[in-house]
Amino acid sequence: MVDQANAADSAAPRAGQGRGAATWLERHGIRLSRGPAGTGPLRRAPDGQLFGGVAAGLAERTGFSVGLIRVVIVVAALSTTGYLAIPYVLAWLFIPAEGAERNIATKALADKRGIGLAAGLTSVLAVALVIASALNAPWATSLAVPIIICAAGLVLITRNASDDELAYLRSLADPAGLTATAPRSRRLMRFGVGALLMIFGVYALLQGHERMALLKPLAGIMLLVGGVALALGPWWLRIAREAVEERQARIRAEERAEMASRVHDSVLQTLALIQRRAADPQQVVKLARAQERELRAWLFDGRPPGSMEGQAATVADGVRLIQQDVEAQHGLTVDAVTVGDCELDDDLAALLAAAREATVNAAKWSGADTVSLFTEVERDSVSMFVRDRGKGFDPDAVPDDRKGLAESVRARLARRGGSATIRSAPGQGTEVSLAMPRCAAERVPRRS
Amino acid sequence: MSKPRVFLVDDHSMFRSGVRSELAGAVDIVGEAGDVAPAIADITESLPDVVLLDVHLPGGGGQDVVAAVKADHPDVKFLALSASDAPEDVIAVIRAGARGYVTKTISGSELIDAIQRVAAGDAVFSPRLAGFVLDAFAAGHTADLDRPSFDPELDQLTLREREVLRLIARGYTYREVAKELFISVKTVESHVSSVLRKLQLSTRHQLTRWAAERRLN
Repeated sequence: MVDQANAADSAAPRAGQGRGAATWLERHGIRLSRGPAGTGPLRRAPDGQLFGGVAAGLAERTGFSVGLIRVVIVVAALSTTGYLAIPYVLAWLFIPAEGAERNIATKALADKRGIGLAAGLTSVLAVALVIASALNAPWATSLAVPIIICAAGLVLITRNASDDELAYLRSLADPAGLTATAPRSRRLMRFGVGALLMIFGVYALLQGHERMALLKPLAGIMLLVGGVALALGPWWLRIAREAVEERQARIRAEERAEMASRVHDSVLQTLALIQRRAADPQQVVKLARAQERELRAWLFDGRPPGSMEGQAATVADGVRLIQQDVEAQHGLTVDAVTVGDCELDDDLAALLAAAREATVNAAKWSGADTVSLFTEVERDSVSMFVRDRGKGFDPDAVPDDRKGLAESVRARLARRGGSATIRSAPGQGTEVSLAMPRCAAERVPRRS
Repeated sequence: MSKPRVFLVDDHSMFRSGVRSELAGAVDIVGEAGDVAPAIADITESLPDVVLLDVHLPGGGGQDVVAAVKADHPDVKFLALSASDAPEDVIAVIRAGARGYVTKTISGSELIDAIQRVAAGDAVFSPRLAGFVLDAFAAGHTADLDRPSFDPELDQLTLREREVLRLIARGYTYREVAKELFISVKTVESHVSSVLRKLQLSTRHQLTRWAAERRLN
């Protein structure tokens, strides 16, 4: 009994301590319990990364907290004097980042130029290694092999990691204090690490050469390095320059591709339409004008051509977009007249969508070369009229597929309290009348 | 009906020759000019029935031509013809004395019809002009409603005039408007002329402001 009570007494504070420690850990982002595990293949998570995103990816996949996994990795790496850091790097290389198809290692193996560059760098370091061994400096020899491997690896990695990852690596490796944008704490940390490394370096040099006059071998090394730089320098420079040029060419190619797709969507389409309608100067002028408007908007206002959605803030804007769009795509004149203006809301956007559909229909089927599009914004409602003087049709004898279209427009507007009527007779053209009540939108003055 | 004598004012010679060929035969083209000063000089000399006038000219607005010619020769009629303009520019030309406004996309036969109408003393409203006028006279411009109106007759459109303008803005011809409203074409014409008169004489704030910006009145 007594033992049990004691056991219970002593267990309680321990449990309490455990809870206390757990909450302390949790406050620092380390959760001991396991959350819901993700599905799908293992991916690095660039969103939550501290270094390569491996721990974040593991956390996402297994459900353990990121902090816990990081602690385990760091402890494992430290306790094995760094050898367990190697799996981390390998994981970084071989697990593709989220959203990427191939991992860095695969990409690196396919990059012949990159391998060439790495070989070039290796040769530089090999020379340095030979010099070092000639100078009888064993500390340099022992370091050379890892340095060579690391350098070659870095070249391949920087050439094949994604742009986001490169930007992140660069921000980590930025020389101390050079970028003003880096947070102060990180700048200080980097500076401290750099200073420590320099102190160790000087210490190692002093240790390695305590019996010699320090300056003699140093001067010798510098002379040799200078000589090698003179001999091999132009080649290294060329390699570096080629790398820069290749990068610039890639950027230019991307810009050109974007430009080409934009021009294809707008200017080339219009030119094709102009060729088809060369016999009709008025329409050619109209097409050219619409294109000019669009091109100007793109070049000087930065509005990309072809992307009409989400640009119209008011009814009049929306009408202008319909006009430009239909004129550009169907090569007929849209005579748009707008009276008054107001902010667009969902109801009015539906009205505009219906008007666009009616206008496109008129352009496709009526055979007329002009469509009138009249919009009037009144205090309580917005009405739109789409009229053409084309073939017209008998509304009672419409084939089902086209009737379905009209019905769907009508139903869509009716759901929001609007209405649509079609008036047409063979040979008399067609008029579609659309109306939508306004709820809250304030009338805004017409912009001239 | 004799062919109306027409004078062309537009700064694009290509457009002038295009209009010339479209109108050939139907009207008598007595001259053309590409800018304000030569236009005034030549029009005063040739005294045409109708001047086809671009709203924008390099040496100023079309309304300068209208005002200068109208001062000495009130019989010369002006029809504004232009591609796409801000409403205030168009209204300014109309207030200076033009009898109508049509867009350059108008077909040749419609343009001939409009010229004959203007020559006969009628007003010519394109859908766009009808839209501008409806907008200028719209009831929603609250700034206007607060101001005392000197002449409510002139400062407001009647319901019927509004209906007529709406149908014109929807792309109806005068004949179609007449049929739709069960009135005669003559009545439609008189409504449109009355609107034009109001447009030119009204002291409504909105209109006078536009005109003042164009240094008129």
